[in-house]
Amino acid sequence: MAKDILEKPKGFHDVYFYKPGDDKENTHYCPGCGHGTAHKLIAEALEDFGVADRTIMISPVGCSVFVYYYFATGNIQAAHGRAPAVGTGLKRANPDSIVISYQGDGDLGAIGGNNILQAANRGENITVFFINNAIYGMTGGQMAPTTLLGQKTMTTPYGRSIQNEGYPIKICELLASLESPTYLERVAITDTKHIMKARLAIRKAIKTQIDNKGFSLVEILSPCPTGWRMTPVDAKKWITEKMMDYFKLGVFKDLTKERKPYSPPKMNLNLDEVEEKLGLKEKPPTFPSTMSDIKEQYRNPRIKVAGFGGQGVLMLGNLLAETGMLHDYNVSWLPSYGPEMRGGTANCQVHIDEGQIGSPVVTDSTVLVAMNKPSLDKFEPDVVPGGLILYNTSMIDRKPERTDVEAIPVPATEMADEIGSLRVANMIMIGAYLQKTGILTKDSIFAALDIAIKHKQFIPMNRQAIEAGIEHVKNMD
Amino acid sequence: MTKELIKGNEAVVKGALLAGCKTFFGYPITPASEIAHAAAKFFPILGRTFLQGESEVASINMCYGAASTGVRAMTASSGPGISLKQEGISYAAGSELPIVIIYIMRGGPGLGNIAPEQGDYNQVVKGGGHGNYKTMVLAPNCAQEMCDLTIHAFDVADKYRNPVYVFTDGFIGQMMEPVEFPKARELNIKKDWALLGNRETRDNLVNSIYLDPHELEDHEIHLQEKYREMEENEVMFEEYKLDDAELVTMGFGIVSRILKTTVDKARKKGMKVGLLRPITLFPFPKKQIKDVAEKAKSFLVVELNNGQMVEDVKASIFYSKPVHFYGRMGGVVPSVNELLDKLEEIY
Repeated sequence: MAKDILEKPKGFHDVYFYKPGDDKENTHYCPGCGHGTAHKLIAEALEDFGVADRTIMISPVGCSVFVYYYFATGNIQAAHGRAPAVGTGLKRANPDSIVISYQGDGDLGAIGGNNILQAANRGENITVFFINNAIYGMTGGQMAPTTLLGQKTMTTPYGRSIQNEGYPIKICELLASLESPTYLERVAITDTKHIMKARLAIRKAIKTQIDNKGFSLVEILSPCPTGWRMTPVDAKKWITEKMMDYFKLGVFKDLTKERKPYSPPKMNLNLDEVEEKLGLKEKPPTFPSTMSDIKEQYRNPRIKVAGFGGQGVLMLGNLLAETGMLHDYNVSWLPSYGPEMRGGTANCQVHIDEGQIGSPVVTDSTVLVAMNKPSLDKFEPDVVPGGLILYNTSMIDRKPERTDVEAIPVPATEMADEIGSLRVANMIMIGAYLQKTGILTKDSIFAALDIAIKHKQFIPMNRQAIEAGIEHVKNMD
Repeated sequence: MTKELIKGNEAVVKGALLAGCKTFFGYPITPASEIAHAAAKFFPILGRTFLQGESEVASINMCYGAASTGVRAMTASSGPGISLKQEGISYAAGSELPIVIIYIMRGGPGLGNIAPEQGDYNQVVKGGGHGNYKTMVLAPNCAQEMCDLTIHAFDVADKYRNPVYVFTDGFIGQMMEPVEFPKARELNIKKDWALLGNRETRDNLVNSIYLDPHELEDHEIHLQEKYREMEENEVMFEEYKLDDAELVTMGFGIVSRILKTTVDKARKKGMKVGLLRPITLFPFPKKQIKDVAEKAKSFLVVELNNGQMVEDVKASIFYSKPVHFYGRMGGVVPSVNELLDKLEEIY
């Protein structure tokens, strides 16, 4: 055994060429530090399993920030605590790689607490080696989330207290409460017996990933003689007597037998299939321009549609723009968005224009479709002289005050109710608008309807409502 | 070519997929959420990865991991989310990883509101995270450009190994316009530096730590050299009626659309007014602005913020001509008439 540990595993570089300075053969770790042993066990396992080529090691922030000096694998350095998120990206982008996140207690348990929790909870098929040495080593011996009660550090000079810092966090126990993780074990780097157990746990964790069985983590209680201000011998004794008393060793979860291997399906689409799936192969019908056939004041409209959220205001505008596009006009549709849509008032602004559309905002509208009274109150003054107002008399108990505009009353909600759904009041308005202006045709609206309505079973009722709107205006003439 | 009436936020996603983007990691936030919705819908059916991260911080770090494997990676967010992503963006810039970040601005510091402000110009153009780095910033002003500039963003991100923003306001993200989508492309970009999980790339390292000050300085000089190259090669802008313009208006995003209509109206009144729209905010079209300033008498910069890009305009012309500023905040978008009044006041 002693021979094994002294010999450099092939998972390590022969010469640490990424390490600056003249010494390319020894690690940067302090005498008695546990990192070296943990590294060796991992490197040996990677080589034994024949996966070193496929492996990407993530260096954390902490003393092991220089993990990449040593491992003869692909290497990436991550921001403090983010290794599980970086590992998620690595593994999702290349599921054939073996992703190993090597993290300390501050990195994993404090600043990256949510990242490890969520990666474990997603059951990411990655392996995490969590070095718990109850202290921040690299930054000079400050408190870690795993610092023991009463333990003195640079930031707990009087000892960690329950009242000020709370209890040390038990990561394995915490993660074991989740359904997703496959394998969780806590081991210690102290004597040969414990190191052998750590070796087995490390191998099992890596094997879990190789077998595509999901998330594995090994928590390693590891000595930090420098941070603890102890001799290496005392440090190991302290782990045995103090740390193991609070952080119990053992397997916290092992579903390696029960879990079925899973690897994400691979799909190789050709470019045509990509365009097909994005809906770019569809050829909507086209319709001729109508502008020259219609009255001057109805050309190139700037439309404002307004009403309650739920009255189909945005869809009404969407359909106008969609239809305009089928006539090969330039169009734009600008909605009010966000919480306004959820129960409050909604409006949208539509341009249909033969020429280029500059501002998509409609301030001086040529057409106002008012589905309720607040909308008429608010937007009536903005209509240009000679403009058109269609207003829903089912919801509006007054006529427009303006005398310099055309006003078309439409009992849209009542008519929709007769058809069978209040939700098609918007379509009644569209029918009324197209009949009044002629800018869009029934055929083009119906074609746009086929594109814009996702649930095809509603198309007949919407068509019926459009027809009803058309008839309503015809009967007014 | 067929047109599709589509939201800017959704055009981004189709553009990204046509550009060969393989992974999307994001977190919902108004007014950028439609990007995540569309990505969740389309990425999986193309065999690509969509994952909602546990946070903005996680999402950008997932991009960091994915981009390091050589695949195209993206995320999308708005102000509060982008603030959280800055850590990861700084790391990506330091480690030279190409990541495309779609930024749909909202209003205010803090929680603010979701209206279309442009108060985040300095955040993305001047840095945002820690350290001496720059990100390229593309500023679309219509749905078509939301698609086209997203595709371009992936190309320049790979070209320079650098994060690139597609940066606009809520209106441009939310607005629907017809978009002509280009053909899907085969990607044959060689990334010798990537971590492919194979023997050939076993010695590769994605990293931003350089303990030795001289080594770090060399690395940072290399980064600055890239930014200089971007300034030389990647400037994009749009000119509108500038030939005889005495007063040059400037704005980006939704403002440029309103200014275009304003310019048309002002021209009808006989005013010699034009529009210079920066499409890249970094690199900023300094030289083009300086050229225009040779003939123009003055500038009017309009922004939906407290005056951020205007400082870059003034510096571009070495403060040689009057540069007026008109700004609205809080998500208030000025009307054409409002801007016309301002033009008449300073013309």
